[in-house]
Amino acid sequence: MAEGKNDVKIGVYVCHCGSNIAGTVDVEELTAFAQELGSVAVARNYKFMCSEPGQALIKQDIEELGLNRVVVAACSPRMHEPTFRRVCEQGGLNPYQLHICNIREQCSWVHKDGATEKAKALVSAAVSRAYYLEPLESREVPVAPAVLVVGGGIAGIQAALKVADAGRKVYLVEREPSIGGHMTQIDKTFPTLDCSACILTPRMAAVKAHPNIELMTYSEVVGVQGYVGNFRATIRRKPRYVDESLCTGCGICQEKCPWKAESEFDCGLGQRKAIYTPFPQAVPNVPVIDPEHCVYFLRDGKCGACLKFCERGAIDFNQTEKMVDVEVGAIIVATGYDLMDPSEIGRLGYSRFPNVITSLEFERLCNATGPTGGHIVVNGQEPKSVAIIHCVGSRDRKYHEYCSRVCCMYALKFAHLIKEKIEGASVYQFYIDMRCYGKGFEEFYQREAGEGVTFIRGKPSQVTDFAMSEEEQGKLVVVCENTLVGRTLRVPVDMVILCPAMEARADARDVARLFNLTQSADGFLQERHAKLEPVATANDGMFVVGCAQGPKDIPDTVAQALAGAAETLALIDRGSVELQAATATVDETLCQGCGRCEEICVFHAPTLSSDGRLIPVSSINEALCKGCGVCAVACPTGAISIRHFTRQQILAELEALSGVPV
Amino acid sequence: MNGFEPKIVAFTCNWCSYAAADLAGTSRIHYPSNVRIIRVMCSGMIDPIYVLRAFEAGFDGVLLAGCHIGDCHYISGNMRAEERTAKLRRLLHTLGLEDERLKLEWISAAEGGGFAETIKEYVGQLKQLGPSPLRKEATA
Repeated sequence: MAEGKNDVKIGVYVCHCGSNIAGTVDVEELTAFAQELGSVAVARNYKFMCSEPGQALIKQDIEELGLNRVVVAACSPRMHEPTFRRVCEQGGLNPYQLHICNIREQCSWVHKDGATEKAKALVSAAVSRAYYLEPLESREVPVAPAVLVVGGGIAGIQAALKVADAGRKVYLVEREPSIGGHMTQIDKTFPTLDCSACILTPRMAAVKAHPNIELMTYSEVVGVQGYVGNFRATIRRKPRYVDESLCTGCGICQEKCPWKAESEFDCGLGQRKAIYTPFPQAVPNVPVIDPEHCVYFLRDGKCGACLKFCERGAIDFNQTEKMVDVEVGAIIVATGYDLMDPSEIGRLGYSRFPNVITSLEFERLCNATGPTGGHIVVNGQEPKSVAIIHCVGSRDRKYHEYCSRVCCMYALKFAHLIKEKIEGASVYQFYIDMRCYGKGFEEFYQREAGEGVTFIRGKPSQVTDFAMSEEEQGKLVVVCENTLVGRTLRVPVDMVILCPAMEARADARDVARLFNLTQSADGFLQERHAKLEPVATANDGMFVVGCAQGPKDIPDTVAQALAGAAETLALIDRGSVELQAATATVDETLCQGCGRCEEICVFHAPTLSSDGRLIPVSSINEALCKGCGVCAVACPTGAISIRHFTRQQILAELEALSGVPV
Repeated sequence: MNGFEPKIVAFTCNWCSYAAADLAGTSRIHYPSNVRIIRVMCSGMIDPIYVLRAFEAGFDGVLLAGCHIGDCHYISGNMRAEERTAKLRRLLHTLGLEDERLKLEWISAAEGGGFAETIKEYVGQLKQLGPSPLRKEATA
């Protein structure tokens, strides 16, 4: 039955959002304004519309006043549209007869002057649009029961294992030749000092052995299509030049390969072969050939030592990259972090003095599997005195404002390891504040502080080899104001360890664009809500865990990884997701059967059929239609419209916007 | 042209540019309040009629914003928008409207600052240009 003009009853609900909206927008004035708009039966404001009492207010009005449209002027529809749709449904109203008017993200948070006037324009537009809203039925589609995990560091490993343990298929994609990530490079882990490899490598092996995990190393995700529950990801498998199915990991190829290159795994402190696994415990234990250093590639088929010695015939110089498509219901992005290059801060002497090293380089020096077999040696000598400089590029407005959260703790660990390995060594910690906030951290700090380490509060201004006294000859001198005593110190040492900031990956922007995620101001990928949705993202069905989201230690990373696993399982195990009902629809009386829609739609949703008619008409396959609206604009007769985004609705919104002055 | 405040309507796609405007909000990046946003699912959904009607209704500028080319949530909707904008410009020209009054921008969901910057720049540009000749009160 058609609705008459006087049958439309709109309720307008203005949210204060505490002071987030009410602090800038005059909510009383806005409510009074809304009350006067056509077809508005009631306009109210409330402190938090999304809270239980706020929701009850709307439900009650729908029932008692017989509202048939609801306008909520609050935060972005990307935030609470689902909440208020549910409220409408509970009140007995079709959820599509709701319109959200964004007066927070797009008004109160971005304007000081004119916020109330703009809010009026937006509410007026929302009411006009709401007038034309129609009830719609939503569709359920099945979810692809698999998860894609991008990044094989500790975050990706833990997430993949948990999802796989729940009996779901996991595709784990890692761009390096082995999984393990930064954690494999670390020696001991704070505050328990358990060996990183000892806790990590069994997990890596478990990934390889798990029947539900399909591991794709040396591979990158290059394309993502689809929507929550039904993503299709395209993965580029780079050529290893070694057949994974034939290689037994015996290592003869690496032994016989005569060509060497700097080892990325050892931060350039050691060497690897041109055919290599990054480290002996690599998973999979299948080497890759680095064509930039392999003479077979550089000099047209010369050498081939690996080919000759490989008994399995696993070497394949003709391998090419392969594209693999996978269908998954959810995606976990665990792409990790980069360590800042401290040569940016020239005064600290990194890359000028060989005995100024980064924390990660120290991890390799200290590690029994490292280039020195775990002996702390620089310039061929054991350092007798070591300075550790905290906050290199972190908590520094010139570089990164944020705190990298792990440096205080690993710096304490370093002091302990140096003291343990070099008898009588003196260690100086140059810190701004000691931040030891985690479980067992303060205890660790107290213990280390008692080991005879010197703590100097201050940010070193420079590291120099310019000696001003006998004692400074042949040493590195750390110049720093001790801010607790207000005096500048010159501390001569044999080695300086810098604690560089953990940064967003250099290609974080590309990753954000690939997966349609947002980045926060610091460049890290942004979670949907800092407190309540720490691993969900603005893109439904995509989750971000670990250091890709921001600097964090291993326990926090693992906690997030498991949260990501729980989120994806909750999504997949539901079996289906509800899709927007906003699809294209054809008015058969207007359709001339020209076929323009069929031509233009990339999803093949419209098809022409004659069905005994004189001219064919278009019909839309709703399972295929994504509601993008490209066909509606292309349709020369205006026969196609998009539900929930009809011309009438959008023009009504536009007219109303123009009516309120700027 | 003292005190002239241009009136802008922005059609932003749900996935990138509308999200960018939201991000400007969550990051508290301020920009002039001259712009009013209409959310559409894709820039490919923006009917040229909307643009013409916006100018008819007295807007001084119309911003169409979508995902970067190659990033469209619907694969190529933004390419359609680009083609249509080029055609629309020619039409607007015959109506005596300057090219700058119709602006097409690609703003990703990560570019909150970029969104704010686009609006700031656009408001400045339109202030230079003055009121739309189609504005009813602009004859004075």
